[in-house]
Amino acid sequence: MDYTILMNRQFLVFLKALLGSCKDLLPIILVIAFFQFAVLQQPMPNIGDIFVGLVLVVLGLTFFIYGLEMGLFPIGESMAKAFAKKGSISWLLTFAFCLGFGTTVAEPSLIAVAKEAAIVAASGGIIVDTLESQLSYANGLRFTVAFAVGLAIVIGVLRIIRGWPIQYLILGGYVVVVLMTIIAPSWIIGIAYDSGGVTTSTITVPLVTALGVGLASSIKGRNPMIDGFGLIAFASLTPIIFVMIYGMVIG
Amino acid sequence: MELFFEFLTTLKNTVIDVLPILSIILGFQLLVIRKPIPHIKQVGFGFLYVLIGLALFLLGLEKALFPLGKMMALQLTAPEFIHAGEHVLTSVHWSDYKWVYIFAAAIGFSTTIAEPSLIAVAVKAEEVSAGAINANSLRISVAIGVAFGIALGSYRIVVGHPIHYYIITGYIIVVIQTFFCPKLIVPLAYDSGGVTTSTVTVPLVAALGLGLASTIPGRSPLIDGFGLIAFASLCPIIAVMAYAQLTEAKDKRVQKKLTTRNKIKQEKTRKNNST
Repeated sequence: MDYTILMNRQFLVFLKALLGSCKDLLPIILVIAFFQFAVLQQPMPNIGDIFVGLVLVVLGLTFFIYGLEMGLFPIGESMAKAFAKKGSISWLLTFAFCLGFGTTVAEPSLIAVAKEAAIVAASGGIIVDTLESQLSYANGLRFTVAFAVGLAIVIGVLRIIRGWPIQYLILGGYVVVVLMTIIAPSWIIGIAYDSGGVTTSTITVPLVTALGVGLASSIKGRNPMIDGFGLIAFASLTPIIFVMIYGMVIG
Repeated sequence: MELFFEFLTTLKNTVIDVLPILSIILGFQLLVIRKPIPHIKQVGFGFLYVLIGLALFLLGLEKALFPLGKMMALQLTAPEFIHAGEHVLTSVHWSDYKWVYIFAAAIGFSTTIAEPSLIAVAVKAEEVSAGAINANSLRISVAIGVAFGIALGSYRIVVGHPIHYYIITGYIIVVIQTFFCPKLIVPLAYDSGGVTTSTVTVPLVAALGLGLASTIPGRSPLIDGFGLIAFASLCPIIAVMAYAQLTEAKDKRVQKKLTTRNKIKQEKTRKNNST
């Protein structure tokens, strides 16, 4: 094929993605402009900075989506297929645990929440109010959540292999959460519920989704739509349970 | 020039964040699977684009959206705005905060639309379902769920109800819906709860929670500030299943109409034939 035609087509794809990103960002701009001018009735501060920032956000989103389809999705699916071909469940589960644990333990939003939670605990007299004990508490919380996410991906992958229906597992998890809420100390509950939401980062989600879909489509008798999705659901449920356990052990 | 250095710093941090994932992938690929990665060059470039994209995205958010969004959240919750002139609140009524709820819903909706991980899942779902699930409709349903969730969560902070009553009620709704909605959507709906709150939504929502909890008398920012994210991860599950139920109901109605129309046509032709 002619090289320039190929380049042109690539460029068109990129332009289309750029336009899509602009559309994705439009609602935020409208909301902020409306509240700033109509509700708070204030002028927009340093408009130049904001414009530059918006351009960066649009470019970033475009590159991200472009690279997603080129790199993240293919690698997730090809690894899932390779593991399915290899036929070793224990290696697959080890990989699943490492992926869950490794991506969560360094997650910036989790680190931020853990730090905040340590301050809550110290001011509530749950732990000694020193920097050292706060740090060890925050780290404990982080490792607890990371372990929970690792376990979640393992359970999720096992579910795909065995073809267990997801609703019983998730609804069972809800029952555990409700029962734990009754016995867990009240100061941990808000943090525990939030920790389910912050664990899955922007890079983990595409990888884990591709892994699930790839596995489900390479195992006979599995439907990628029904069996492939659901890994993230487990990863946002188990941290709630484990953080409450952590609160009960510490308290 | 300064901007470029800032970009490099953000890029460095993004790379550090991604390093554990990258080492796990490479480790397993080389030591366990022991095969070269297919299309290695393309995948490598893809990773590079993802890293650059994420770094640009984060830098842009830091420069433009976060400072403004956080400031607005604090201004809207400030006593000067709620009760013009009164600087110390003595008592609050939940309806004093109507702009806060509207802001919460609007910012929840709009940040969810721009959330990269939700885009990823929606794209994959459209691809896997061969177009039966539309990526944009899915994103809009999730965004409506987040909007409702954050508005409800703000209301909870204002009135000071315990969080678990709300969450448990939400769980019960999810259980009931699970039994009645199309089976294909269930795993995707459960997933959409976890993907909504990451890069864009969390910092703005956290600022809103903090602003609310620190200005309302009797609320502690450290205890009541938490919990908004939990609402934002529960409500999308309900919204996505509701979307599937509505689509199914509409399809059924159309189907019914078509079959009755066909029946009438058949009757007519039969009558014509007999005469």
